Amino acid sequence: MSRLNSVGELEKLRAEILEKRDSGRPCITTCLGTGCHAYASQDVYNALAEEISSRGLTGKVDLRGTGCHGFCEQGPIVVIFPGEICYCRVQPEDAADIVALTVLENKVIDRLLYEDPVSGQKYERESEIPFYKNQDRLILGQNRLIDPQNIEDYFALGGYKALAKALAEMTPEDVLEEVKKANLRGRGGGGFPAGVKWETTRQAPEKEKYVIVNADEGDPGAYMDRSLLEGNPHLVLEGLILGAYAIGAAKGFVYVRQEYPLAVKNLTLAVQQAEEHGLLGDDILGSGFDFSVSIKRGAGAFVSGESSALVSAIEGQVGEPRPKHINTAISGLWGKPTNLNNVETWANVPYIIERGAGWFNSTGNEQNKGTKIFSLVGKVNNTGLVEVPMGTPLRKIIDDIGGGIPGDKRFKAVQTGGPSGGCIPEQYLDTPVDFDRLKELGSMMGSGGMIIMDEDNCMVDVAKYFMHFLKDESCGKCTSCREGTKRMYEILDAITRGEGREGDLELLEEIAWVTENASLCALGSTAANPVLSTLRYFRDEYEAHIKEKRCPAKVCKALIRFTIDPEKCDGCGRCKRNCPEGAITGELKSPMTIDSSLCSRCGICREVCHLDAVTAE
Amino acid sequence: MEVKEIERIMEKYDADRTDVLGMLMDIQEKERYLPREALRHLSEKLSVPLTRLYNMATFYEALSLKPLGRHQIHVCMGTACHVRGAARILDKLESSLSIKPGEVTPDLNFGLKTVNCVGACALGPVVQVNGEYHGNMSALKVERMLKRYSEADKEKTE
Ligand SMILES: Cc1cc2nc3c(=O)[nH]c(=O)nc-3n(C[C@H](O)[C@H](O)[C@H](O)COP(=O)(O)O)c2cc1C
Ligand code: FES
Repeated sequence: MSRLNSVGELEKLRAEILEKRDSGRPCITTCLGTGCHAYASQDVYNALAEEISSRGLTGKVDLRGTGCHGFCEQGPIVVIFPGEICYCRVQPEDAADIVALTVLENKVIDRLLYEDPVSGQKYERESEIPFYKNQDRLILGQNRLIDPQNIEDYFALGGYKALAKALAEMTPEDVLEEVKKANLRGRGGGGFPAGVKWETTRQAPEKEKYVIVNADEGDPGAYMDRSLLEGNPHLVLEGLILGAYAIGAAKGFVYVRQEYPLAVKNLTLAVQQAEEHGLLGDDILGSGFDFSVSIKRGAGAFVSGESSALVSAIEGQVGEPRPKHINTAISGLWGKPTNLNNVETWANVPYIIERGAGWFNSTGNEQNKGTKIFSLVGKVNNTGLVEVPMGTPLRKIIDDIGGGIPGDKRFKAVQTGGPSGGCIPEQYLDTPVDFDRLKELGSMMGSGGMIIMDEDNCMVDVAKYFMHFLKDESCGKCTSCREGTKRMYEILDAITRGEGREGDLELLEEIAWVTENASLCALGSTAANPVLSTLRYFRDEYEAHIKEKRCPAKVCKALIRFTIDPEKCDGCGRCKRNCPEGAITGELKSPMTIDSSLCSRCGICREVCHLDAVTAE
Repeated sequence: MEVKEIERIMEKYDADRTDVLGMLMDIQEKERYLPREALRHLSEKLSVPLTRLYNMATFYEALSLKPLGRHQIHVCMGTACHVRGAARILDKLESSLSIKPGEVTPDLNFGLKTVNCVGACALGPVVQVNGEYHGNMSALKVERMLKRYSEADKEKTE
């Protein structure tokens, strides 16, 4: 591919690509994102390729491997255009039918359609499925249309138009002004206005400046950054180049966690392709603007996602936070002004520049503009990535998009904000989700993790879970964080073991206060949130553990006992065969019993029982 | 680990010491741990204090000073997997392999480790073996999964 030396050449190339593409030609897209890949979508893709070539349809039917569509739980997902017919849980054996019936005869295959678990209704088109219909997929939307390893797909959808516009028609100040007007707030956690941060870096006296994409995505339970990088890496790159232009940086870094090998691969390819096309490197599109990007891999440390720690990591130091007497925006990488934004923040920038701040401001509420991607997971029918306008009520996300709670279970809480966030109970489900409202509830937006919990989840256990995570991930520099998280964990652990004492809750609150106020970085200063928010809304559950030695959700092993209901048990022996402790006895075809002294409460018997005869009490 | 191999990895990064973490990860990938000689060699050639390399080796989850298993099993303990019963999956793996997280079976065949979110939260609980994902895990599936990997090994040696 030859270099593009001007905006004109880019537009000419785009026109050529569009001409080559006949929109009427059938195209089968298969999701090859991580979720679908885990369900062997590559085999489905290969089977489809085989089917197309063996029927002599090569060149007449397109096949495209795309990034994550977001509805991971229904994977592997195959969508056939132009009809946009969506098939879920597709197996390689289905390839022949898909080509013969849907592609060649325009017939819909009923068995592969998505069926709503609640209403039982089936849907043909992807966009009609309630999970998608109630979303506003500004940032994620292109994922399903693009082969992330092919820059031409991105061009075909208008890719790098924003960059062309900026370089041809706008000064760096104009770009900065537009982002400021758009009131774009950082999607990585804090919600700090991106434009203001850019301006600080731009105005810092040093000439050499840097820009960074934070793709460390440490929040356990969130994967939207991964899907963007894997599924549409050029969108993030274009945003970064625009930012570099506005700020006056000649060098950028993307820091990606090593746990995301496909993201590293697709991003590396994207950088290469952008370089070959003259969209990165010297004299971009003949504008005189130079900018290059390097990719750095992280090696698994939550705290390294904090801005000053990430700067250290890129410098080749250990990725630990440092005191921020001077902000990284002014003194970051090698002491130079450095602007760092989250993946999703950068992905918004091309749209803002291409369509304008006014357009961006038309979505969202007063203080929170645009959309936000959430990773809707846990005890909810439709799990996956969800993008909605800022300010959408929690209830809409959980019920309308997520399809509610599976089984006849009751909703208990939604955890947002990752380890720095908190748990929100049912009475606040009508709260609009935005940076400020979640904070008022004692939680946080964080990077967008949204974990749904039902009556079977113990809130003390959840608080203990997060404290365990934080105590492990604390780098240990600050005593308050290192010791605070550890002591809080010990107390919570004792409570779940039935060894909680009067005064434990007050002690927790006291340690929480110190940890919050005396720690250097946000890991420590927000570490108490999971404890404080569960104490605020679920204090009775803590008290049941301490005073009555009882776990109401029947999760905490030390406080429960498994028994088999002799009325229900048909003596099939599955539980006996699978019990790792040999704690289950009984003759086949007669009710089994559990010896509590041997039982380790692993719950396997309950899992394998086909009659629901095992209960915890 | 052969010196030639270390040199090759260093070259890949132009022996730029800001990329030392990348080099360590490459060595880890090749050897399944960080051999002491390799750390010494890097330290000398890049003029990075050995203590810093050990600091990194113990700080980052992905690095290990002890050899990992041929089949390295990562049990996701992320929030999404936790609320869907990841602890049970871990229990089952511990009892089936008779090792604790962070340990390796005596024949070095299986290594067990807990990790925080592998980014496939919709499929929770998730177990990752040699980078392959196994979603919607249950205790029963663990048994089958282990068998598959052991049998694949047997076939290879036969
Ligand atoms: C312990 C800790 C971990 C963090 N991890 C991440 C992360 O994985 N990804 C991210 O984008 N921001 C993370 N942040 C937030 C960053 O420090 C920073 O605020 C953010 O990347 C700025 O980008 P934004 O303004 O676009 O949101 C973390 C912060 C803390 C304190
Ligand atoms: S929490 Fe297990 S994959 Fe994300």
